Amino acid sequence: MSGGNAVELSGVTKIFGEVTALDNISLEIGDGEFFSLLGPSGCGKTTSLRLIAGFEMPTAGEVLIGGRAMGHIPPYQRPVNTVFQNYALFPHMTVHENVAFGLEMQHISRQDIRQQVGEALEMVRLPGMEKRRPKQLSGGQQQRVALARALVNRPKVLLLDEPLGALDLKLRKAMQLELKMLQDKVGITFIYVTHDQEEALTMSDRIAVMDHGLVLQVGTPHEIYERPATRFVADFIGETNLIPGEIVAINREVAEVELARGIRLKAPMVPGATVGRSVTLAVRPERISLAAAPGPEGMNLIEASVFEVVYNGATTSILLRLESGIVLTVRQPNIAFAVEPSDLREQRVRLVWPIEASSLFMEKTPVEQGKA
Amino acid sequence: MRSEANESRGRAPLSLRLATLGVILFLHVPMAIIFLYAFTTDDATFSFPPPGLTFDWFGVAVHRPDVWQALLLSLRVALIATLAALVLGTLAATAVYRSKFFGREAISFLLLLPLALPGIVSGIALRSAIGMADFPFGFWTIVIGHATFCIVVVYNNVLARYRRTGRSQVEASMDLGADPLQTFRYVILPAIGTALLAGGMLAFALSFDEIVVTTFTAGHEETLPIWMFSQLTKPRQRPVTNVVAVFVIVLTAIPIFLANRLTQGGSE
Ligand SMILES: Nc1ncnc2c1ncn2[C@@H]1O[C@H](COP(=O)(O)OP(=O)(O)OP(=O)(O)O)[C@@H](O)[C@H]1O
Ligand SMILES: [Mg+2]
Repeated sequence: MSGGNAVELSGVTKIFGEVTALDNISLEIGDGEFFSLLGPSGCGKTTSLRLIAGFEMPTAGEVLIGGRAMGHIPPYQRPVNTVFQNYALFPHMTVHENVAFGLEMQHISRQDIRQQVGEALEMVRLPGMEKRRPKQLSGGQQQRVALARALVNRPKVLLLDEPLGALDLKLRKAMQLELKMLQDKVGITFIYVTHDQEEALTMSDRIAVMDHGLVLQVGTPHEIYERPATRFVADFIGETNLIPGEIVAINREVAEVELARGIRLKAPMVPGATVGRSVTLAVRPERISLAAAPGPEGMNLIEASVFEVVYNGATTSILLRLESGIVLTVRQPNIAFAVEPSDLREQRVRLVWPIEASSLFMEKTPVEQGKA
Repeated sequence: MRSEANESRGRAPLSLRLATLGVILFLHVPMAIIFLYAFTTDDATFSFPPPGLTFDWFGVAVHRPDVWQALLLSLRVALIATLAALVLGTLAATAVYRSKFFGREAISFLLLLPLALPGIVSGIALRSAIGMADFPFGFWTIVIGHATFCIVVVYNNVLARYRRTGRSQVEASMDLGADPLQTFRYVILPAIGTALLAGGMLAFALSFDEIVVTTFTAGHEETLPIWMFSQLTKPRQRPVTNVVAVFVIVLTAIPIFLANRLTQGGSE
């Protein structure tokens, strides 16, 4: 973590015919960082990786690796390696030949190649498979070969395009931890593409949330989850309750939002908020609790009626309806409950949560919508 | 495995089986007759049954210089036309697959045309073009004529293999530091190897027995098919033609059989 940037995208736009895959995005990815690109399908994650790897050229803007502008430098001269989504192993080569491929292109001595390939396979915990062909391996094993084949070259940056996408849930969880530990050990910058928000939160040092070719927010998992910059981010990362309303008062750092029918909630102020503005107040399900009595100062309080209780294993979700008709979800860990949750069905309850657990998002004014 | 599958599908009705048998007989009885009369003792007219059987004609054929000349010419033409087709057909398929240049579809269509056109049209077209260019008819004009359809065979085979393999392996190779030449040698070539072999063998077989286009471009040269055709009008030592025909059947059947096996193997 010398503080330098391993990769920098500066004002990068990529247009394919009619489609704007990336719209003027800028990112700075630090040395040794585990950096994730997270977003729904088609938002431009793969395109970003392909621009860094050199398979595509930006329509506008610049890609820098290790501070050096890449311009038209072809993929085989860039200090990055890729773990492809479909692995793209060479079917006519054995595991050993696959992993050795990059080293052979660098004309390294046969003895060194053998040793480094052995180490790489050990690192991904695949020893003894050298002679097999990709077809004779399971999906998880192929994934490890693809990883070893890229890592063995000691790239400055490793690009991973949904590397765990094809694996089943259990194996995926195990591989997430393994990848993270591996990255700590080798100290290589990882740029990791995923559309799985939980995966991104678990593994990343920082995350860039993307949508429609735009970068909406860059931050640590904590920042992204606790202080989402836009309504889309709040909604895409984890579960969230979105409550529409209008700002009716502002007291220094706290804005007061009126829902329909004169019910008020409080949230920390955000820049641009003014009285009379339509807003959405967001709060995570696990930050809300059921309260017997009104909470202390600094808490939001609202009444709602329970209409469904869903047991999830480790947690229980309680679905409630506000008087205004808005549906909220509350999630509680399954530890000592004051009341058996299923007894709550059809009950009226009080909900409380800390003011700072709410986030405010401006609804677009008609003028802004016209511009978009 | 195979017989189980057949059984589970049930047996074909009798009429269908008889029809199949009829077709097979119709196709193969003439071949059997050619085989048979390569051994007859009657050297001018073919009467049934042959008056006697002998291996003598094989010896006679081996000592006929015109047979050797025609055979060697056909082999040389087929070899060079096939080699040219392997290089040019692969390049064309690579270009058409890799890039989205303007007029790609048109080029693809133009490449396929010689195989679809009747040989007689290609023959006349080539003859007038070569005549206009004042190029002497002979070995090289035969090669050019054959190359037109040999290229198509290789082009088609290689393009089909590219489509099945996809781009990702090429990208993986470049990503791992291989320049385009190394990528071609270590990744593309192994991937299209069997397609090349199959296409090459098919092209060779096509060239070896081509007669229509050859008639227009051969000048005074005699390839094996032209030689055989000319023998029909010469009653001398007729079984020699049959001996050569048997040789040709064997020579073309082997590569076609192998090519078939190879393309099937590649798709597994
Ligand atoms: N070669 C191309 N030609 C035309 N359009 C393309 C090309 N590559 C990508 N696109 C378009 O660019 C947009 C972004 O694609 P990209 O593959 O980067 O999405 P992604 O975020 O990786 O999605 P996914 O999660 O589904 O893999 C999409 O609308 C896609 O259709
Ligand atoms: Mg993608």
